Amino acid sequence: MVDVGWYMALAAALFLIGALGMLLRRNALVMFMCIELMLNAVNLTLISAGRALNDLDGQVAVFFILVVAAAEVVVGLAIIVAIFRRRATASVDELSELRG
Amino acid sequence: MVETILFVLAAAGALAGAVTVVLARNPIYSAVGLLGTLFSVAVLYVVQLAHLVAAVQVIVYAGAVMTLFLFVIMLIGVDKEEKREENLPRQRLWVGAVAGVIILFAAGVAVFGDFAWVPAATGPVDQEATNGTVQAIAEPLFTDWVLAFEATALLLTIAAAGAVVLAMFRRKRN
Amino acid sequence: MIDLLWLVIALPLGGAAFLHFFGRYVREPLSGWLASAAIGTAFFIAAIAAVPFFQGEAEPSTIPIWEWMPALGANFELLWDPLAALMTLVVTGVGTLIHVFAIGYMHGDERFHRFFTNLNLFAASMLTLVLAGNYAMLFLGWELVGLCSYLLIGFWHTRPTAAAAAKKAFVVNRIGDLGFMIGLMVVFATFSTFSYSGIFERAGEELTGGLATAIGLLFLVGAAGKSAQIPLYVWLPDAMEGPTPVSALIHAATMVTAGVYVIARSAPIYEFTPFASTVVASVGALTAIWAASIALAQRDIKKVLAYSTISQLGFMFLAVGATAYVAGIFHLMTHAFFKALLFLGAGSVIHAMSDEQDMHRMGGLFRKMPVTAVTMAIGALALAGIPPLAGFWSKDEILAADFARGGWFYFLWIIGLITALLTAFYITRLWVLVFLGEPRWEEKAHPHESPRVMTLPLIALAALSFVGGLVNTPFRLTLEHFLEPSFEGVHIQHATDDWLTLAILAGLSILAAAAGAGAGYLAYRRPPERWRRFEDSFEPLWGTWEQAYGVDDLYGLTLVTPGRRLAEAAAFSFDAGVVDGAVNGVGRVVRGMGDWIRPLQTGFVRNYGVLFLAGAVVVVAWLVAGGS
Repeated sequence: MVDVGWYMALAAALFLIGALGMLLRRNALVMFMCIELMLNAVNLTLISAGRALNDLDGQVAVFFILVVAAAEVVVGLAIIVAIFRRRATASVDELSELRG
Repeated sequence: MVETILFVLAAAGALAGAVTVVLARNPIYSAVGLLGTLFSVAVLYVVQLAHLVAAVQVIVYAGAVMTLFLFVIMLIGVDKEEKREENLPRQRLWVGAVAGVIILFAAGVAVFGDFAWVPAATGPVDQEATNGTVQAIAEPLFTDWVLAFEATALLLTIAAAGAVVLAMFRRKRN
Repeated sequence: MIDLLWLVIALPLGGAAFLHFFGRYVREPLSGWLASAAIGTAFFIAAIAAVPFFQGEAEPSTIPIWEWMPALGANFELLWDPLAALMTLVVTGVGTLIHVFAIGYMHGDERFHRFFTNLNLFAASMLTLVLAGNYAMLFLGWELVGLCSYLLIGFWHTRPTAAAAAKKAFVVNRIGDLGFMIGLMVVFATFSTFSYSGIFERAGEELTGGLATAIGLLFLVGAAGKSAQIPLYVWLPDAMEGPTPVSALIHAATMVTAGVYVIARSAPIYEFTPFASTVVASVGALTAIWAASIALAQRDIKKVLAYSTISQLGFMFLAVGATAYVAGIFHLMTHAFFKALLFLGAGSVIHAMSDEQDMHRMGGLFRKMPVTAVTMAIGALALAGIPPLAGFWSKDEILAADFARGGWFYFLWIIGLITALLTAFYITRLWVLVFLGEPRWEEKAHPHESPRVMTLPLIALAALSFVGGLVNTPFRLTLEHFLEPSFEGVHIQHATDDWLTLAILAGLSILAAAAGAGAGYLAYRRPPERWRRFEDSFEPLWGTWEQAYGVDDLYGLTLVTPGRRLAEAAAFSFDAGVVDGAVNGVGRVVRGMGDWIRPLQTGFVRNYGVLFLAGAVVVVAWLVAGGS
């Protein structure tokens, strides 16, 4: 029986890696994947905490997050494709028209 | 004992995949790394008896979503690497500093502190109560959470419609 | 009939509304007849409703119509008492005659129906004023008649002089209205109600110290504006730019008497302030002789009558100031008759001479327009105060009352007597210059007698001017008994009971009138060179009179020009500099802050991500540290 703390630590590490990738990479697709990483980290915490608390609601919440993530991926990738067709680039640093 | 072995293996796989996602120069490798992480996490779900969620993770995430990712990567072009020069040189320092602080802090707390990850955790795990079979998940999903469930249906419809609209993008004719 | 009293206001108002919306579809004379019918019917209703008062058996009654602001005692309610009845009869009676006259006078004007719209609206406003059962409603009518006056003075608004005169009347009246309004606020602050009955019943308890004097003087400011008394009389001569029926109705017979009416109505307040009353009388006496002297030297026939009106209004103030309210109202009534007659006669003359108003270019019109000449002669003699015409009785009663009051009022009585002499002189001068002597107009002028629609009102008014004075003679004080219920509990100054004194006083005023009239006749019956030399012999006094003492220039120099400078400074220095500067400054500050804070939006998604993460870290740290 692995202590729930290890699961949490693993989730924290995954989240941190995702966040760092999100902030350091410039390819929109890779950034997107980093977001997925972070979402998975959160899902893991929900499952683990749910088990530790003897509660199924954690798994139900993960179920919803999966749905939302799927919807987000669909729209996000469509946006990336649209931008690419117009600008022929996937680098977010070249998309800074909205600067102040 | 079995759980410990599975946890170590899966955790190692998940971290390796995650690091690959971030460091790989080619998005294809990133996608493969993410795939590895998703599978590893699915294993961890199974270890924790979240059977249905693990199945959905593999079928929807690893199956559908990753296919979509790879499809887009192919569409955009795999050979395009990121430029070496950094537009935001100070950003690296900042992010590095923040990450370092967080890691140090977290490690400090984890090693030396008496940190309760889940403060309200109640003793031993009840195998029956947390066994995430389809039946067990379906009951709260269609009773307590039915409204949120209906809302997700709406969300998916809107997302599909939005994707279609964005895909209909055309350059203006001269 | 008293239940139908609201129709007295509603009929002219309805007429105005109808003519406003449908007047253009009604052919020319018909719209005038409709307006006349509206006010004429109002006259008959008022007359029938007033019958109980004539029989001396009815008490004043209040007729509620609609609750407006009950908490303030400001409702639409009509006070039907002898004073209101008399005023209503004068307004509707004289008003009807003038409406009919205007049908002829305004013939051919392209805005014929619009004129009658405004005239009917004025009648409704004036009736609101006199029938009001509280000061709030009175003030409503007070402002509405001011508006109608403005509209009608500027009726021929394409003439710059008419537009300017209308504006002047409006602005000068604002000054008076401000005083009146403050007075009303003081009244409300004291009594917590606007209702006449509520105020007058408690006047004795509440009006202590200088309060009554303050109210009285503030009301005098308002009355001086509306009734053209010193120092606010300057708008009335200019108001002659309006069509002559307007001058007759508004600026002679009705609206300008509103000030006298208000003071008479407020008699229970003036009861407690002999000082304010004395000021009223003194202002009146000064105005009377001041305006009469200016009237002596005017060449414009309407200007003579305008200054004469101011002078006669001064007489009314002299009366109500001496608390001889009945004499004041009596003179108000007779003046409405003979001054309306004189104005309409002047209008008839002007109409006949194709809009010529200069008396130096008239003369010898007696044979051309005998009806106008004879009726105007009656009006002139009535104004001059020749017995037994109307003006003699009312004016003599005022002078006798002042004499009976004694003290300071002896002095005012002397002023009044001199004014009577001047009055007789200038009105005789007017009549002789217009109707006698050799014609001084060009042959192509073709003066002619006016149509019957104009002469009949003249004849009616002449008859009223002839016998109107007989309602209140020392031998038979009918009007005094009639008005008694309106002035219950108020001290009214009477003439002396001593017949010998009375006879001497009457003799003196007849002598003054006869002397003035005789001198005027003898001076102006002669050929033009002679009377011109007569006028020149009074230089430089005559020129000063002709220039109306230069009061307009004085006001222009001391009030209008500095006022304009102030307005320019406010507009171009203060507003453009300070106010606009403040507004622009706020904009500039916001913009500067925007410029300063704008670099935060770098446009780099990852930058936003860092901030986002930093925020999340802070929140998590806070939660880990114990939260809340």
